[in-house]
Amino acid sequence: MKTNPAKAWLYLIPAIVFLGIFMVYPLVDVFIYSFEEGYNFASQSYTGTGLFNYSYVLHDPYFLQALKNTLILVVITVPLSTGLALLISLGLSSIKPLKHVFQTVYFLPYVTNTLAVGLVFMILFKKTAYTDGLINMMIQWFGGSSVDFIDGPYWAKMFVLCFYTIWIVMPFKVLILTSALASVKQDYYNAAKIDGTSTWRTFARITLPMISPMIFYLVITGFIGAFKAYQDAVALFGTDLNSAGMNTIVGYVYDMLYGDSGGYPSYASAAAIILFVIVLSITTINLMIRRKNVQY
Amino acid sequence: MKVVLEHLTKVFPGRKGRKQDVIAVNDFNFEIPDGMLVGLLGPSGCGKSTALNLISGLEVPTQGKIWFGDTDVTEIPPENRGIGLVFQNYALYPHLTVLQNILFPLQNLKGKDKLPKDVMLERAKKVASLVQIDELLDRKPGEMSGGQQQRVAIARALVKTPNVLLLDEPLSNLDARLRLQTREEIKRIQQETRITTIFVTHDQEEAMSISDLIIVMKLGVVHQIGKPQEVYDDPHNLFVAEFLGTPPINVFYGTVKDEALYIGDEKVLSVPGISDQDVYAGIRPEGFILDENGPLTCRLKNVEVMGRDISVISTHGKTKTDKDIRSIISTDNIVDRSSGKVRFSLKPHKVHLFSFETEERLYFQNSRSERHYED
Amino acid sequence: MKLNSELSSAAKHVKTRKTVLRILTYIMLSVWGIVVLFPFYWMILTSVKSYGSYNAEHIPSFIATNPTLQNYKDAFTSVPLAKYFLNTTIFTLITTACMLLVIIFAAYAFARLQFRGKNLVFTLFLALMMIPNELVIITNFVTISNLGLRNTFTGLILPSITSVFYIYLLKENFELIPDELYKAAKVDGTSDLKYLFKVMVPICRPTIVTVVILKVIECWNSYVWPRLITDDQNYFLVSNGIQEIRENGFGRENIPAMMAAVVVISVPLIILYLIFHKQIMEGVSRGGTKG
Repeated sequence: MKTNPAKAWLYLIPAIVFLGIFMVYPLVDVFIYSFEEGYNFASQSYTGTGLFNYSYVLHDPYFLQALKNTLILVVITVPLSTGLALLISLGLSSIKPLKHVFQTVYFLPYVTNTLAVGLVFMILFKKTAYTDGLINMMIQWFGGSSVDFIDGPYWAKMFVLCFYTIWIVMPFKVLILTSALASVKQDYYNAAKIDGTSTWRTFARITLPMISPMIFYLVITGFIGAFKAYQDAVALFGTDLNSAGMNTIVGYVYDMLYGDSGGYPSYASAAAIILFVIVLSITTINLMIRRKNVQY
Repeated sequence: MKVVLEHLTKVFPGRKGRKQDVIAVNDFNFEIPDGMLVGLLGPSGCGKSTALNLISGLEVPTQGKIWFGDTDVTEIPPENRGIGLVFQNYALYPHLTVLQNILFPLQNLKGKDKLPKDVMLERAKKVASLVQIDELLDRKPGEMSGGQQQRVAIARALVKTPNVLLLDEPLSNLDARLRLQTREEIKRIQQETRITTIFVTHDQEEAMSISDLIIVMKLGVVHQIGKPQEVYDDPHNLFVAEFLGTPPINVFYGTVKDEALYIGDEKVLSVPGISDQDVYAGIRPEGFILDENGPLTCRLKNVEVMGRDISVISTHGKTKTDKDIRSIISTDNIVDRSSGKVRFSLKPHKVHLFSFETEERLYFQNSRSERHYED
Repeated sequence: MKLNSELSSAAKHVKTRKTVLRILTYIMLSVWGIVVLFPFYWMILTSVKSYGSYNAEHIPSFIATNPTLQNYKDAFTSVPLAKYFLNTTIFTLITTACMLLVIIFAAYAFARLQFRGKNLVFTLFLALMMIPNELVIITNFVTISNLGLRNTFTGLILPSITSVFYIYLLKENFELIPDELYKAAKVDGTSDLKYLFKVMVPICRPTIVTVVILKVIECWNSYVWPRLITDDQNYFLVSNGIQEIRENGFGRENIPAMMAAVVVISVPLIILYLIFHKQIMEGVSRGGTKG
């Protein structure tokens, strides 16, 4: 059916305008910023072009700290949350009574405000002059000694951050894996049963390969998500992440852009591009591994 | 190995008191002799798949027993029953090759049953060549046609040399041409292996064409068991008569008076031995004889010349479902269309009478076929 | 075939193992359920403890002995929580409404209209899906600042009005509507615009509801952009508000009042979730991710 082309473009104009101004132009601009040296926000002038911004960022101890924090976070939370989600989904799909209740409860963190619930985690883990907090109380029940998870040693802070991150990402993973498991046809399990396949072998040779595309999907989105971690850290440790030593790469970008240490869009751009390159390479590697291993 | 079902019953409880219990399988009592190919036949939703699942052990019966040979297998889990099951949509593992699929059941064997690798491979190849898929061993199921997948599924079911082979609607996912070919194939494989085989189908033609024995069921109840031709010629009730045969049997409202069958006002056949009552009169399409002086008058609607024979399509006010009457007559006859009417006389052994109340068969003299069924 | 008694004893063994496994499964699921629910319990619990009694608890107590609603009063009086709330509501409603219009038009153009360059434009749109927000937010910040739109609703709303993913989702859905309907409408003399809003939109209501819910969740929880673009408390959204409360708070560290604010902020979405959990879960599994 023929339509007037002008009319078609009319329908598209709002989307194209908004995407153009707020996605395409910034995408080009961010590269330009990242090469403009000595950019001054107030006068919007710069002194030269080159790779100085990148070199500055890569030598900035705050960035290196943020990079380290982010990497630790990624390495711990992605496998752990995926594994845990698999375990829980397997449990969920093996039961009937209460299944729906559990599913509804498990999804709850998805709809909560990360900043708000982060405060609850903070007071659960925090040790103040008045009280050791609930978690420390429980540690003491088991004979451990209390530790301040919010202002204390690095590993303790990292533990809370990982814990909270996992708590936040679990709903999505459980949801995806549960529906992946449900889409494996009962016939396959019946066929396996008739052949006398053991539970473990059924899982390893049938269930796992069948849901492997979804697991890879979760690993990839998990990597991307964890590399962009920021809000959970702010929720737990406040906006001054650098002084808490818990900054993330995205946090570094925003701090460079705005706030007490802000006003440097060039550094922010360079850091954002470094992040983008890291995420892109890891995703590519993942996809290459996937092509080799996912069997159908 | 013979299979015996003894008062086998499966009841699915209704949901939370709102619906009634469903009796999917109601008091099955029959014996399937060793080495036979048996078709379990019925309209969809009649409980035939449930019956198959009970025999395989995937479902546990509410009541009754199942025997394989002299062993009571009712309590035995499926993997220890020595059965092979081919699923309706084959359930081939999509991530494994054909060979890996066929090997899968053998690799599950443990302890003293465990086989060395080369023996497994040899057995897998042997059954692959039995179902003629030797060329396809390295393919994945997704790369094959429906008919090929079906063969792989059968091979996987056969590789453990089961005592009983079960097939759930084996032909329903194939197109018409493949269906014909595959049903011959199933027959051939069964004859070569002599494994007792039970298959489920809703297609009477399919069941009739290859089975040694068919079991006709409806709503969880077995209606008749017998050799296909026997069941066709001698249906025990109206359901069986209507379910078997293409084109289907023509059913009229009739009355028996003074040992004669009346359809409308016409006295069409003498039926010695039946008392006066209302009846259903089922007449097979091949039971009509074109006869200018015949007692049954119908309004002629159409004549289809099929080459081998002629279908005369006509109507009559007394048919059970207002359907057209389809009669098949030999090409030697010439149909006179001028009057708009057609008259038939009837072959007595192709006319089956059923009680109007119970729908059970009423026998009269000459009502049985002369045919002698060989064993 | 093995002996019968041997087999049925093996069957019994399998049965007990299955029961044990089932119990373990329920224990594991319950433990995770507690982990998920406990923070919610703790925030409600703390929010009804009085300031004095909370601070007197050296060892945290699992129940509130004298529950009070004073904290909720404080949350609304000593910090502008109501203002944050109102701002977020305005922001969410306007953003969602504008976005809906934009994506319906775009999806319609891609799904129903034939014009030159359609495939190219659509491919470019899809390519934009891969661009992370972090990359474009820097320039957007500069753009909005230069336009003098900091601390305005316009500045808050503008960048989040389009979503390529939702255009894609809706376009796929629109394409499922048979062409015959369009032809029938044309024969009846229906205008394109009328057809879009009287036929296509109602047919695709489930998808549109899903998109709306996901967008509402996203808006309600958004933090980074509002933080960059507002420093005037009069334009804070709840996420920024709660951070502000955390850092500058109630003049002193008043944790029960803080928790009351957290409860108030969390309640709307939780209610939304309890009503629409089916649509939300379905929508998220079709392509949402957190953040």
